[in-house]
Amino acid sequence: MTEALNTLIDIFSLSFMVRAFVTGALISLCAALLGVNLVLKRYSMIGDGLSHVGFGALAAAAAMNAAPLKVAIPVVIITAILLLRLSESGVIKGDSAIAVVSSCALAFGVLVVSLTSTGVNLNSYMFGSIYAVSEDEMILSIVLTVSVVLLYAVFYNKMFAVTFDENFARATGMHAEVYNMISACLTAVTVVLGMRLVGSLLISSLIVFPPLIAIRLCSTYRKTVIVSAVSGVMCVSAGIIISFLIDAPASACIVLTSLAVYAAACIIKKLKGQVCRHRNG
Amino acid sequence: MLIECRDVCLAYENHIVVKGLSFTVDSGDYLCVIGENGSGKTTLMRALLGLKDVSGGSIEFRDGLKMHEIGYMPQQNGAQRNFPASVREIVLSGMTGRSGFGLFYSKHDKEEAVKCMERLGIYPLRDRSYRELSGGQQQRVLLARAACAAGRLLLLDEPASGLDELASEELYGLISEMNRKQGVAVIMVTHDVNRALRDATHILHLHKDETFFGDKESYAQCSVCSHHVHAGGCREEKCD
Repeated sequence: MTEALNTLIDIFSLSFMVRAFVTGALISLCAALLGVNLVLKRYSMIGDGLSHVGFGALAAAAAMNAAPLKVAIPVVIITAILLLRLSESGVIKGDSAIAVVSSCALAFGVLVVSLTSTGVNLNSYMFGSIYAVSEDEMILSIVLTVSVVLLYAVFYNKMFAVTFDENFARATGMHAEVYNMISACLTAVTVVLGMRLVGSLLISSLIVFPPLIAIRLCSTYRKTVIVSAVSGVMCVSAGIIISFLIDAPASACIVLTSLAVYAAACIIKKLKGQVCRHRNG
Repeated sequence: MLIECRDVCLAYENHIVVKGLSFTVDSGDYLCVIGENGSGKTTLMRALLGLKDVSGGSIEFRDGLKMHEIGYMPQQNGAQRNFPASVREIVLSGMTGRSGFGLFYSKHDKEEAVKCMERLGIYPLRDRSYRELSGGQQQRVLLARAACAAGRLLLLDEPASGLDELASEELYGLISEMNRKQGVAVIMVTHDVNRALRDATHILHLHKDETFFGDKESYAQCSVCSHHVHAGGCREEKCD
């Protein structure tokens, strides 16, 4: 017991570990909250598409010697808004639009990196480098978290109405597009910051796993939102600790921890169902 | 008069679905919109709700009818059936449009929602999860939500689709009751011509060339109805 405690104290005495933890927990909280609505509206692939666009933008920024976040965040926000418009108008089906955009952006990024000799490490974009989180990124993640939590706390009822049934919300006089736009922008920022954590290839796991876990277990929307946020933060924290202990990449540990929790949620649900049936039958 | 449609034309990318459509809805009316698949019933509904722009003509709200006084019960989509939300949460969401910039539900909103749930017999289910309910119960929840939003007008799109006879009978009964007792005007899209002729006061029959609008007595004698018999939409004995 004391040994485990000592290890934890060791971990938190390292300043890069503290930054990794704070940023990781905050970004996963945002991703889990925004993810609930994306998953329920069947837009989960948007996170994946945006991360590939983010990769392309970061590669371009590195080639131009520009500040990576200042280039990537606006580009990804614009893409998020365009993707949202595109899926709403029904010109191209949402999922194929995302597939086209994400593979093209990835190809563009790879090309830029290989043609320019910037010495950019492809790996750190692809798979994240959570231990290299900068002070700026941590501050940005705090600002982002405050915005996302405020959005959910203040507009909770409206967010529910828009997620459950957008047509109904519009038909009864709500400005659904405003809420969609706000969440698209926040999702874009979350994705760019999340790339640092788990990389552009794995970011969708932060958006998709916590809501899936919550949807399995919860019967009301309120509980779903809360459980999603809590499980998101827990999976990322556990993943970081495991990665530190076994000296493995943090991104892989985070994703596989989420998978394990999801599997546990499925089993719990199954057992519960059997107990209910037993009682009723 | 609540709604006046004049020479309305509805189209999707150069494909005209409905043209030259004129009709009116008064308060207390029960209008059934019938017609074959693809005749533009749902499109018309979306246009009335402002979800789709008209390509020609005009749809006007009269008598001070406001967007947030309209309740809408859409056709259910697949994503909704498995949505993790309680009955109470869904019915309450019917009040969000009314509350305007208000961010939280007032005590009055909550009482209204309870009344709607009681009226539709789903109050005992209020804490149950929507996805655990039967199809008929889910439709009732959506109707209760629409009823919460409907101050003066209720729009329904195939409310009984996918329900067995008993459940749809109950649902239609509840809709008629709202129309008669609370004086809410109803516009309903339906396949069920027999039912339309029984409950409705007015019929709007959409058809490629001839569109019929009038009260149901004159509909029974109208020639457009015979088109419908050929289309197999209703049984002959009801169309005499």
